[in-house]
Amino acid sequence: MSRASRLGLRTLALAYLVVLLLLPVGLVFYRTFEHGLSAVWYWISTPEAISAFWLTLEVAAIAVPLNTAFGVITALALARGRFRGKALLDTLIDLPFAVSPIVIGLSLVLVYGRDGWIDLPFQVIFSLPGIVLATVFVSLPFVVREVTPVLREIGDESEQAAATLGASAWQSFWRITLPAIRYGIAYGVVLSVARAIGEFGAVSVVSGKIAGQTMTLTLLVEQRFDNYNLAGAYAASALLALIALATLLLMTRLKPRRSEG
Amino acid sequence: MIAATALTKRFGDFLVLDDVSIEVPDGSLVALLGPSGSGKSTLLRIIAGLETPDSGAVLIGGADVTHVTPQKRGIGFVFQHYAAFKHMSVRDNVGFGLKIRRERKDVIRARVDELLEVVGLTGWADRYPGQLSGGQRQRMALARALAVQPKVLLLDEPFGALDANVRQELRDWLRRLHDEVHVTTVLVTHDQEEAMAIADRIVVLERGRIQQVGPPRELYDAPANAFVMKFLGPVSSLGSQLVRPHDLVLSSDAQPGAIEAQVARIVYLGFEVRVEAELASGGAVSVQLTKAEADELELAAGDIVHVRATATPAFSA
Repeated sequence: MSRASRLGLRTLALAYLVVLLLLPVGLVFYRTFEHGLSAVWYWISTPEAISAFWLTLEVAAIAVPLNTAFGVITALALARGRFRGKALLDTLIDLPFAVSPIVIGLSLVLVYGRDGWIDLPFQVIFSLPGIVLATVFVSLPFVVREVTPVLREIGDESEQAAATLGASAWQSFWRITLPAIRYGIAYGVVLSVARAIGEFGAVSVVSGKIAGQTMTLTLLVEQRFDNYNLAGAYAASALLALIALATLLLMTRLKPRRSEG
Repeated sequence: MIAATALTKRFGDFLVLDDVSIEVPDGSLVALLGPSGSGKSTLLRIIAGLETPDSGAVLIGGADVTHVTPQKRGIGFVFQHYAAFKHMSVRDNVGFGLKIRRERKDVIRARVDELLEVVGLTGWADRYPGQLSGGQRQRMALARALAVQPKVLLLDEPFGALDANVRQELRDWLRRLHDEVHVTTVLVTHDQEEAMAIADRIVVLERGRIQQVGPPRELYDAPANAFVMKFLGPVSSLGSQLVRPHDLVLSSDAQPGAIEAQVARIVYLGFEVRVEAELASGGAVSVQLTKAEADELELAAGDIVHVRATATPAFSA
């Protein structure tokens, strides 16, 4: 490839990123802090905002660990197991990517809502359990999809070695397998958290948007935007972005030591 | 003693092991030798408990362990690609089995230090496997396997991933180690020279069947069939007979039983000289001479010679 065309491609890729990614996100931050910190603080410290902040964290704190445990177990089954229906399971995992979140929300209403298929003694739709279910659904594939290829790549020889040295399957998992896949898990968790706190469509259907009760941060952003409260919407958006950033920073602390090669 | 009796194993339609029985006496080093796909690794993995046979039994020290898990067989296993625990230091790798057995920390430390000395890795205890060479990693894996004082040491192509010179060095070292430690050892290899150099006894496998069992010399001198003869060393075909190239002699004059041939090429390999000749009856033959023998014959390409076998030819080609 010639120097000119290489430079051209590079410029094109960079311009694409700047125009489509950096510019909008950057503008949100610019608009957020345009009128100083006190305005931002005002809009993120209203009772609705604080409630939405804690609800968003609470939902992520339930959904992400659930999906992480499920994801690791499923990845083990996909990478190590030999069973009927494995191809089907492999395909089903991607269902949340294929189905529109709004459809997911509606289907949850059909199953758990009033006159739904399943009648639980506690309220699901328009309440925390429904929001958690929707979030679990949409963020389910990430850990599986990050961990399965890592498991395939590391192979099962070190697990066999551990077995010949007397380790039980449980010991082998905790001492050998888990440390080997921890970066895959960490990356899967980061993506799951980002998806969980950012989910809008499915959650908006099942939450009912009761201010101070079932209003998550993304729903709050939408509500403020609809009410022409742009400063409030920007402030809540910035808060969302900060949570994602904090997760990312936390996970990079798990970086591999160079010596492990 | 390890005994495997009438082992049969299929992977799908493929018969990997077909009624295989072997015995490994206490304290001996036995090599399972064969080409890839001969079933040698599967046999080793069945002895280890990493595979289950379709039928047949495995006995270690007289006890039937066919349905015992690898954890409880009292074995040490070394893999071709080391199977190092990459996130652990060399010390933790070697001490892993002892830690699982809940040995006291000072006991583990002392035992690991002792083993690191045996395998020549003293001073490397706090490194990680990624910082070691292939040969060092394999010695670490060996120390790890020996740490739990296994009744049986099983090695699956342990030098297969190493450079030729490291391989030879490590193989000689392993033999010396075996003479010191005397743990009953089974080694899988596809390299006949490695098997001959290291093993007390060799089991030759092909297509899931045992072809011959015996000490290296016996297999070389009295192979049971054409496959074993070809697999254990170079062969020439003289007419329809298989012979070792060093069991052929050349003479310039006709001799009883000799076949006429024309020298095509002479290759000087130092002490050894290889003469490639074309038989008058058709076909080519390779003859291995010493330098003195070749000098005496004053051979040149194009000469007519007479080829004769000194040892009785064993098999039809």
